[in-house]
Amino acid sequence: MDFAFTDEQAMIAETAHAFFAENATSPRTRTAMAATGKDAGIDRALWTAFCTELGLSGVGIPEAMGGAGLGMVERAILAEEGGRHTAALPFLASLGLAAPAILAGGSAEQRSRLLPGLASGERIASFAVASADGAAGAALGDGTLTGTALHVPHGAVADLFVVVATNGVAIVERGAPGLAVTPLTSMDQTRPYARLDFDSVAAEALADPRAATNAAFVTGWLAIAADALGGAQACLDRTVAYAQERVQFGRAIGSFQAYKHRLADMMVEIEQARSAVYWAACAIDEGSDEAMFAVHAAKAFACDTYSHCAGEMIQLHGGIGFTWEHDAHLFFKRARSNASLLGAPDWHREQVAGLAGLDRAA
Amino acid sequence: MRLGFSPEEEAFRAQAAAWLAAELDGPFADVRHITSLTASPRRRRDWEKRLGEAGWSCVGWPRAYGGRDATLAEQVIFAEEYARAGAPPRLNHIGIELAGPTILAFGTEEQKARFLPAIARGEKIWCQGYSEPGAGSDLANIRTRAWRDGDDWVIEGQKIWTSLAQFSDWIFVIARTGEGSNGPKGLSFLLIPVDQRGVTVRPIHQITGEAEFNETFFDGARTDAANILGAPGDGWKVAMGLLGFERGVSTLAQQMNFRNELDAVIAAARANGEAKNPLIRQRLAKAEIGLKIMRYGALRMLTDAESGRLNPAALTYKIQWASWRRDLGELAMDVLGVAGETVAGHDYAFPMLPNLFLYSRADTIYGGTNEIQRNIIAERALGLPREPRGDLK
Ligand SMILES: Cc1cc2nc3c(=O)[nH]c(=O)nc-3n(C[C@H](O)[C@H](O)[C@H](O)COP(=O)(O)OP(=O)(O)OC[C@H]3O[C@@H](n4cnc5c(N)ncnc54)[C@H](O)[C@@H]3O)c2cc1C
Repeated sequence: MDFAFTDEQAMIAETAHAFFAENATSPRTRTAMAATGKDAGIDRALWTAFCTELGLSGVGIPEAMGGAGLGMVERAILAEEGGRHTAALPFLASLGLAAPAILAGGSAEQRSRLLPGLASGERIASFAVASADGAAGAALGDGTLTGTALHVPHGAVADLFVVVATNGVAIVERGAPGLAVTPLTSMDQTRPYARLDFDSVAAEALADPRAATNAAFVTGWLAIAADALGGAQACLDRTVAYAQERVQFGRAIGSFQAYKHRLADMMVEIEQARSAVYWAACAIDEGSDEAMFAVHAAKAFACDTYSHCAGEMIQLHGGIGFTWEHDAHLFFKRARSNASLLGAPDWHREQVAGLAGLDRAA
Repeated sequence: MRLGFSPEEEAFRAQAAAWLAAELDGPFADVRHITSLTASPRRRRDWEKRLGEAGWSCVGWPRAYGGRDATLAEQVIFAEEYARAGAPPRLNHIGIELAGPTILAFGTEEQKARFLPAIARGEKIWCQGYSEPGAGSDLANIRTRAWRDGDDWVIEGQKIWTSLAQFSDWIFVIARTGEGSNGPKGLSFLLIPVDQRGVTVRPIHQITGEAEFNETFFDGARTDAANILGAPGDGWKVAMGLLGFERGVSTLAQQMNFRNELDAVIAAARANGEAKNPLIRQRLAKAEIGLKIMRYGALRMLTDAESGRLNPAALTYKIQWASWRRDLGELAMDVLGVAGETVAGHDYAFPMLPNLFLYSRADTIYGGTNEIQRNIIAERALGLPREPRGDLK
């Protein structure tokens, strides 16, 4: 039992913390939010710096393929720090979903061809679940794919897509004839969605589709949960700071018990979310029997915590908290996006119920 | 960061589990699965002695005082196995988890040698005399007085809500020894024998129908001058150190019983089909998640404690488990429905789950109410301004 960061992990956390604090500033994030087309929702300079300077690029990609070869705990640390600043980066799409799918489900050739570019940040990938318009799923047939994928995170900036179809998982290049990418105006502009339409577009099947989807979901859930943890902590930290400087009735508002108790409740939840996220990360790294239970628990709990804390942040800032100018809405919108994406908290709790055998017959 | 236990630790687990199973299948089968805090006190005293004899009573204490020098990991493991085996609540939990660690931290060598082995051997049961009718959350406001008379302290005053005083041999109190002092100044921490003419214990019935706690009156009660922990006037410091134990490590053992309670709720939900109700299932899943989170939260804090770091996250732990258990009590009743509201026979004594519903309303009160815990978190962990006080300069 040694449930605390190792020295190396603590150093990674510190480095990432400093990197995001210095670079993922609100003005830069807002520039990325306002951009359209190929730059929508991405701070490209920040992404390049993250992938090339920080030395943590391709966190889960093996070193032989240009990555950092680290585990889920380190991945959670990075996602948490990015989440703390609602950084406008395709971390989830490219390294949290697409890369793990290729790593787990691609052939040796596919991995060594595709992963180095993702690790170095030269290329960005995203992950899409496709369906035939309205009805049953899109199917792969002799190297082509037809159908539609809605709500593809950072889809407008991705260079390639890992696409889940009914009968396989395939890689689709952005420039492939027959692929139409439509950027969507998204509530969370730091992680905007795009719609993909495939019309007999060339698609290269991954060797092991089941392994690819499993890896993408598990890693994606964990990355979202960690992002939510970092975001919730930021909501608390910023509100605590405000509570000490804003004066009403001749006192700092943080001296009113009705106010401070709500901050205390945020901390109680956040510390539980932290236990959940790192438990899940460790359980996956150790191949524990509890890993699936833990990752569903973490996604459900951390997303609920973030939604609660981001809402409280607005309320406890009063009018200023409702403005576009204040950052509170960035957290509020990211919290909503985290909750919606890849299964809402209730759905994840249903998975926990299933894993715990709760409604097995008596 | 590592979750699992080492092979040596797992061997320790097997050893503990085997011992517990042998005793609770054998000579102590009658105390297995007791969950009430007041049931069968005489047999549970025997059980305390048996644990002591075999060295399983206070596993984390130094060997010199009757412990086993167990590491924190081993303490966690023992607590888990103890709960898993369905062993009864420790009659002396206040002695083991509060009095003992406080004496260990603040006592003289003589005091340690005198009091600790007696606790570890299960010979002396302890209770805690902090609260008074006028001093609950505002604990420093106590009125009970003590003064020196020759080789004795003489104590005068009243305590309230004293859990298990009716079974106890010793009580620790904070008393005002600095004449004219107020607030946290001028308090002393005294150890007092219960069985004497100057001490009267009167049980108070609780919402469960049981009487776990009591009024305790001191009317010229006496204790040896040596039975003071720390110097006269250090009482607040010692008392607060003790609350650290109460709110920290000691709750871990108790948390392991929560597993049994949740399992009982799930079993009830399966038996009457409520587990198929999606709303109930969501709440059961929430409870499962919350329990696991508390476990890993506790391990996180203990790992920090072991390496000497003080993690402010530890301050959130009391609210976590108290609120979790309160919610579980409500869920239990929602699962049972009206069937949970009646009990066979004429005794007002409900079985485990309805009793949990009632009892858990105390969890958010004793050991510092949820409101007081929120003040502590806001002020000590988040650094917000202190509560204004009406009565102190
Ligand atoms: C089952 C049980 C067992 C117990 N066992 C023991 C024992 O063995 N020994 C012992 O010494 N004591 C024991 N206690 C007492 C317990 O510690 C006190 O009840 C508790 O500290 C609260 O004090 P009080 O009852 O005087 O409530 P009060 O302090 O009068 O509180 C009443 C209400 O006011 C709120 N309140 C008070 N102050 C504030 C504030 N500053 N801000 C916001 N809200 C506030 C409280 O949260 C509560 O909701 C036990 C209590 C219970 C229920």
